[in-house]
Amino acid sequence: MSQPTGSASLGHAQQQPAPPPPDLVEVTLTINGSPKTLHVAPWTSLLDALRLQLDLTGTKKGCDHGQCGACTVLVDGRRINSCLTLAVMQEGRAVTTIEGLARGDALHPMQEAFVEHDAFQCGYCTPGQICSAVGMLEEGRATTDDDIRELMSGNLCRCGAYPNIVAAIRQVMDAQATDAKGTDAKATNKAGGPS
Amino acid sequence: MRAFSYDRPDGVDAALRAVAGQAESGSPGSAQPPVKFVAGGTNLLDLMKADVMRPDRLVDISRLGLDGIEETDGGGLRLGALARNADTAYDERVSTRYPMLSKAILAGASAQLRNMATNGGNLLQRTRCYYFYDTGTPCNKREPGTGCGAIGGVNRIHAILGASDQCIAVHPSDMCVALAALEAEVRVTGPRGERVIPFAEFHRLPGDTPQIDSTLAADELITAIDLPPQGFAAHSTYLKVRDRASYAFALVSVAAALELEGANGATIRSARLALGGVAHKPWRDREVEAELAGKPASLETFRDAARLLLREAKGRSHNAFKIGLAERAIVRALAEAAGVEHP
Repeated sequence: MSQPTGSASLGHAQQQPAPPPPDLVEVTLTINGSPKTLHVAPWTSLLDALRLQLDLTGTKKGCDHGQCGACTVLVDGRRINSCLTLAVMQEGRAVTTIEGLARGDALHPMQEAFVEHDAFQCGYCTPGQICSAVGMLEEGRATTDDDIRELMSGNLCRCGAYPNIVAAIRQVMDAQATDAKGTDAKATNKAGGPS
Repeated sequence: MRAFSYDRPDGVDAALRAVAGQAESGSPGSAQPPVKFVAGGTNLLDLMKADVMRPDRLVDISRLGLDGIEETDGGGLRLGALARNADTAYDERVSTRYPMLSKAILAGASAQLRNMATNGGNLLQRTRCYYFYDTGTPCNKREPGTGCGAIGGVNRIHAILGASDQCIAVHPSDMCVALAALEAEVRVTGPRGERVIPFAEFHRLPGDTPQIDSTLAADELITAIDLPPQGFAAHSTYLKVRDRASYAFALVSVAAALELEGANGATIRSARLALGGVAHKPWRDREVEAELAGKPASLETFRDAARLLLREAKGRSHNAFKIGLAERAIVRALAEAAGVEHP
């Protein structure tokens, strides 16, 4: 649950004609695990802050209107459209982009699965697809392929790689379910088995 | 986007001070209030990018703590205005006691947007009429007095009920259609104190002031949405008909809820029916609901009700198909709610 924070009052920026350089506001975000302090105009979207100020160009600008999902990132673990929120609105939060999913040289299992299933053609929607898929598995609401299609409908792929995208997500979902079962079984053995 | 300033006040009182003086004696909002609240931002920021909304100050209310979901003394649920749509739809109390509402919320937008959008913001989202969004065309809702591009234009997604010669836009929400059927109440606070707005009175028809979407004043804040105890969990549904299977606005949607009685639940004791995608507000017709009471739960009853509801429906050059579509959707939704076989 969000907590109230101190007022982040900014000066009024003048409008027409020829607006002066805007008063910038300081924003501190945790980006892929590292704290970053930025100075942004109030109207800077989180997407533009990531791409233009932090050089994290993995997050893509597709429609810039929340219709295509290419800009999907995880904020405090939840998937959102970074084009429809202001950087300043995310003060204090943890943002994970496609650049933050791998562990060193080891790809995230969802990245591995997209490669294995050839789940893209041009690749432009892929960072958003992968972040969205990671967020969807975290939400834990999908069990069937139809659920995947429904809950991934905010991510468009104009190349039409949808069947392979579903297959890639399905593989990671099944692997997680097997892992969970394995863990349960181990726990049961430990509790009930002879020692 | 045009330049604006941004504040994040630390309490409801400070938020209200930021919009104080925007409404003369509590009159509903103008087309362009200079100060706007922002919470999820999914609709407002989009409208600002399109230069349709042009506030010079945004007041971020998302951290005011109005994001809980709580039991009310009367046996209902209070949905915080700032609870996210996804958290509301997946709340176990909502999904078990008000399944029609969960279904409606999950029929709208995408998972990413539902993670951002708030309940209060859902009520206040604006029409997706193409002409409202296109600043190169006339629109009485965006710029009062300039005319309506949709009347005589491309109006496939537009209203068939309750429209005026000034505006034929429709309200885009799914959630609000279920809230209308449930007879929810909108709790608001402002300089004149707190008040409760019955859901049927929250949104309005366009008349000759289509720039005004709701009866919320420009200096008021929605704090919660109250659901009454009756959730129609046993016999209700939300049916949405759209151009693609997911992530599209409704052409027609129906929230249908019944109380059944008698042998095998064969008779309708009471009915609620609300339509989306057909009017400037979620469309309810109490005369039709009263007609359903006491009738057998049958396809014939449902067809009669659909025809009565649509008796004054008016099609335009591109949307007359919605009348037949609405009739079939109403019959199917009522049949599903009642557990009656339908074609």
